[in-house]
Amino acid sequence: MTHDTSSPDTQWPLWEVFVQPKSGAPHEHAGSVHAPDAEMALQNARDVYARRGEAVSLWVVKAEQIVASSPEDRGPFFDPARDKVYRHPSFYRVDRSLKFE
Amino acid sequence: MKLPSGVSRAQLFEYLLRLGDERLVLGHRLSERCGHAPILEEDLALANLALDLLGQAEALLELAGQVEDAGRDADALAYFRDAIDFRNPLLVELPRGDFGFTMARQFLLDVYSHLHYTQLCESRFQPLADRAAKALQEIRYHLRHSRQWMLRLGGGTDESNARAQRALDEMWRFTDELFAVDGVEAELAGAGVAVNRSSLRPDWDSQVAEVLEEAGLRVPSDEHAVEGGLQGRHTEHLGHMLAEMQILARSHPGASW
Repeated sequence: MTHDTSSPDTQWPLWEVFVQPKSGAPHEHAGSVHAPDAEMALQNARDVYARRGEAVSLWVVKAEQIVASSPEDRGPFFDPARDKVYRHPSFYRVDRSLKFE
Repeated sequence: MKLPSGVSRAQLFEYLLRLGDERLVLGHRLSERCGHAPILEEDLALANLALDLLGQAEALLELAGQVEDAGRDADALAYFRDAIDFRNPLLVELPRGDFGFTMARQFLLDVYSHLHYTQLCESRFQPLADRAAKALQEIRYHLRHSRQWMLRLGGGTDESNARAQRALDEMWRFTDELFAVDGVEAELAGAGVAVNRSSLRPDWDSQVAEVLEEAGLRVPSDEHAVEGGLQGRHTEHLGHMLAEMQILARSHPGASW
């Protein structure tokens, strides 16, 4: 485990918090908390991001466990999609009476 | 307000003050931590707990005012009574101390409140039972929070263990009062309105002991018990706390914002 010693604002690891606003909805990233372990991370997440009844479910994930694309990947990862219109499902006519959740 | 049959208005008012003042004073002590908790997340957590307690206090004191039927609302009871008229147990008025003290007190009271309010939901006085049921939801979370902290303070470093133990040793002599029942409550308990708090003791003892053991902390030995808060005999700390808590309302009576 590595610590970023350039800004030692806490001795505790960082956890990313995902909030599910209602049953069936996806968990969405809400922010992060510091906590010594999983149970305290869950409690801190509750107190910081769900204390006003914003959630029916919470996930906490150790920030270091998240694998993220790096800024240098931006070109090769995402750019080629721009000029490939056939990747966008925009050629279908959709009945107006259909509703999207 | 219709009182339950066979219950004296004065006694019921007295009892509701005890319930409400316990929540109010504990809530205020906890609110003093706002901006002084060890980390931001815990700062928010403690402020949340304090707000829960103040909400419980307001509901109970509002009800007390209705039972008294003398035109006093929750604010009048909270801000315009002096220490001698407060009916909280002494444990809740002790200064907040260090974080170990704040949390150890919270834990002991959360275990107690959980047992207490579980039974209070069965009160024959329906307005009280309703308020207890609402508070119980909050208390369940409070207990989860403080229990986890006790495990971590006890099982953390030598320093955190020593501080938690010292806090427990210091406050232990004030815990008997939580289970002391006088004539007022005995009568109301007999009428099915109040909880006979002495009956909560065995469960409290075993639940507290279980967590302390897991946390590597000792259950303090029985000291000479200190009581009197329920009858209005307080430590010198309550007057100082009330001075701070009440000054705004007393300086600007009827102000709203």
